[in-house]
Amino acid sequence: MTATVTPAPPRRASAPDTAPGALRAFVCHRGRLIGAGTVAALVLGSLLLGGGSWPASLAVDLSGPLDRTSDWIIDNRDGHPLFLHFLGHVSNAVVISVRAVYLVLLALGWAGVTAAAGLVAWRVAGVRPALTSVAAFAACGLLGMWVPTLQTLALMLVAVAASVLLGGLLGLAAGLSDRMNRILRPVLDTMQVLPAFAYLLPVVLVFGIGVPAAVLATVVYAAPPMARLTALGLRGADAGVMEAVASLGATGGQRLLTARLPLARKELLLGVNQSIMMALGMAVIASVIGAGGLGDRVYQALAAVDVGAALAAGVPIVLLAVVLDRVTTAAGERVGAAPAHRAGLRWAVALGVTAVVAVAGRLSGRLSWPDGWTADIAPPINGAVDWMTAHLYSGVPLVGGTADWAARFTAWVLDPLRGGLQWLPWWVVLLTVGALALLIGSWRTAATAVLAMAAIGVLGVWDPALDTLSQVMAAVAVTLVLGVALGVAAARSTRLGRVLRPVLDVFQTMPQFVYLIPVVALFGVGRAPAVAAAVVYALPAVVRITAQGVRAVDPAALESSRSLGATGRQQLFQVQLPLARPALLLAVNQGVVLVLAVVVIGGLVGGGALGYDAVLGLAQGDLATGLVAGAAIVCLGLTLDRVTQPTERRDLAGKGA
Amino acid sequence: MPRTRLAALAAAVALTALTGCGAADMTSQSSPYADAKDSRTVTLSVQSWVGAQANVAVARYLLEHELGYRVDTVQIDEVPAWDALSQGRVDAILEDWGHPDQERRYIDEKGTITRGGDLGVTGHIGWFVPTYFAEKHPDVTEWKNLNKYADEFRTAESGGKGQLLDGSPSYVTNDKALVDNLDLDYQVVFAGSEAAQITQIEQFAKEEKPFLSYWYKPQWLFEKVPMTEVRLPAYEEGCDAEPEKVACAYPHTPLQKFLNARFADGGGDAAAFLKKFRWTTDMQNDVALMIAEEKLSPEEAAGRWVKGNEATWRAWLPS
Repeated sequence: MTATVTPAPPRRASAPDTAPGALRAFVCHRGRLIGAGTVAALVLGSLLLGGGSWPASLAVDLSGPLDRTSDWIIDNRDGHPLFLHFLGHVSNAVVISVRAVYLVLLALGWAGVTAAAGLVAWRVAGVRPALTSVAAFAACGLLGMWVPTLQTLALMLVAVAASVLLGGLLGLAAGLSDRMNRILRPVLDTMQVLPAFAYLLPVVLVFGIGVPAAVLATVVYAAPPMARLTALGLRGADAGVMEAVASLGATGGQRLLTARLPLARKELLLGVNQSIMMALGMAVIASVIGAGGLGDRVYQALAAVDVGAALAAGVPIVLLAVVLDRVTTAAGERVGAAPAHRAGLRWAVALGVTAVVAVAGRLSGRLSWPDGWTADIAPPINGAVDWMTAHLYSGVPLVGGTADWAARFTAWVLDPLRGGLQWLPWWVVLLTVGALALLIGSWRTAATAVLAMAAIGVLGVWDPALDTLSQVMAAVAVTLVLGVALGVAAARSTRLGRVLRPVLDVFQTMPQFVYLIPVVALFGVGRAPAVAAAVVYALPAVVRITAQGVRAVDPAALESSRSLGATGRQQLFQVQLPLARPALLLAVNQGVVLVLAVVVIGGLVGGGALGYDAVLGLAQGDLATGLVAGAAIVCLGLTLDRVTQPTERRDLAGKGA
Repeated sequence: MPRTRLAALAAAVALTALTGCGAADMTSQSSPYADAKDSRTVTLSVQSWVGAQANVAVARYLLEHELGYRVDTVQIDEVPAWDALSQGRVDAILEDWGHPDQERRYIDEKGTITRGGDLGVTGHIGWFVPTYFAEKHPDVTEWKNLNKYADEFRTAESGGKGQLLDGSPSYVTNDKALVDNLDLDYQVVFAGSEAAQITQIEQFAKEEKPFLSYWYKPQWLFEKVPMTEVRLPAYEEGCDAEPEKVACAYPHTPLQKFLNARFADGGGDAAAFLKKFRWTTDMQNDVALMIAEEKLSPEEAAGRWVKGNEATWRAWLPS
């Protein structure tokens, strides 16, 4: 669960600011209309519908059919033709490919793999990424994680290749055909908010525990961004160029291969980059269903309550993510540049050096990372965590300990919020959702939001969903306060920005399982640590988007305000922040989506509600509980996304994608 | 564009043709990470708690060092582990706390799993309070007096009632029914994972705060945080038959081993060894403590135990 979405670069001048007077009047007018409509509906509703939670008569119990489905799969898994003749082959193909990649990596030996990583990075991205790659792989070895790293790498390579292929094909279809685009858009939108935990269960049920299930779950998770960005790139092709190519008499296939795809290279590479990040985000979650590798080490360390060991296995994941991100990003920036002098020769050199290093490694009999060259970082880390939790947990003079904060946060924020939401009559909730979505979006987004919210009621999980909603709202509020403050600070001070960047990188890619224990040690079991985990996860994206938005403010506007004698404060509040409004709105939306993505993780530290149900479903093999909770999280995600998604971004997506 | 649709169709047909001929049995698949050399491999399921890790660590050590097998381990929750065992993804579960539904389905009906005998360890689930608290208030160990102390066990999460801390969703629990049926002024708070529950208990213990928790024996945490069991109404055969009406304590369960049926017949020395593997609660605890408290790797811990207990494990080896 890394960066779920590619944030669209914040655009300058937002629509409302530059809208002509008539439009603006309509906007105000529309707001008033919605307000009046809401009040009328409130009065009518209270007279006709009364109060109370979602009525039981409107809920559907799915446990019967879901249990029967699950039983059918278990009974027919070993004999039904669908499994023998189709799914079995899929599963075998995955095992064979992962095994092939793993054997190649093993045969290269540690020196060969490290050299290959460095040289490939050098060829596609440059010298600095190459050095980073070599250092990262060496660090994985130093941490004593060489073999698990290779296992994870083999699984990742296969999963990413499959995701890029599948996502690319879907994106191609959506990019070329309007009908496909209309069909795929809502599916991809839904995938974006689907929590990974929710579909581990069906995948395991069909494929059983192990690598095939893990790879397929990863592909389901990592393919959508590729599809989305491919479609975006193909649809965004310059009309002038396409016209010119067509007038030269190129056939459809030629147009695609010589013009459309090359023009979309940047988006395609960004798609690959996003797929890789998503796939790595799944590495640890997939270990719950037997993926092995680094994720499994993190998961086992968690069981032994050993933060240090979890970190030792988590750091290689972060390193892999950072390296792959830097390399693919640098490669993306190079796209379009003239090919280097004698590129073929340099590739040959890279290949040759790799071969020589690999053979040398093999001859010297050091295929596996030498045991003596490892550093055990677990004890000092555990010491530091123990010290921190012992001294911060309670009894800190003046401010009180973290446990006291957590208790107060629960009593003063979470409890009233949950109580309030659950006290509201169900139709008022729907009405509020609809009105908010209308205010910020269009009729269509409002309809989606209301329907998704109603679906939660129909699924029969209204109360737990509102419990989750209250936690999400609290987490988003905290994330925004912290994130915007940090983002503004980072934008105004280059030095702080530079210090912050690697920290944010680490928090965004660090598997959440690693910080579950520290979070509980600081805040106790309950909803407060769940909120804390969500904040840690969502904060980097919010800081980044805010900083980017504030930085992108037109320098001329800033300059003129300065020449008018505005103080730093005035500049910030009256020029920078208002002009960065689109970026701030995007930050809200991203914050919501990301916080929701870790609701299930919250279930592991006492957050209860839907997150706990999703975990329970997986742990007990209970499709009825797990799938319903997962579906409800998706519906909640759709609702919140629509309620916070500004219209202009949708317009952009509508035109572009 | 009809051309693209045609191409997509062709691709789909090709894919089906490619994969569609011949049957592929998912149950006879091995892990892609299995050893490259042609060696005999055994796959064991490790559950998330440390006691189970101790069983697997010792079994693994002996299989590798004494019998020359290669051992893979897979970490899975209890119920999915049954599923994996039936499919042959794992060869054995060494510690099971009783899953009657799964036993009926896989052993009696499908015949894909066979029993592997007692592990030798007796498991017991119960409600526990820290011993430092029980010493000050001896009557807290009777369930009838629990309501008197509800205030002391209150937390931010328990909403004005006392908190009964429960753990991972994969564990067997009747606690909600127990609280209702015994009319206790308590709220069950689910920690969601054992790691979270242990961390919370350790934090409480550091400050000598009172708490009431669902917990189980044998467990290494008792060595670190001494806890005393609260006596619930005595367990009688069948008193926990209906989940909603349970009002009695948890039973003492002799923990069981289970083997994949195919492996049990054709697994040679490894299967014979795993069937004979049988130790005691104390032995398991020793190894578990080394893993969880001294932070030894499971392999080191197993190695240390094996060195000191040769008489015990010699008997497990097939003659």
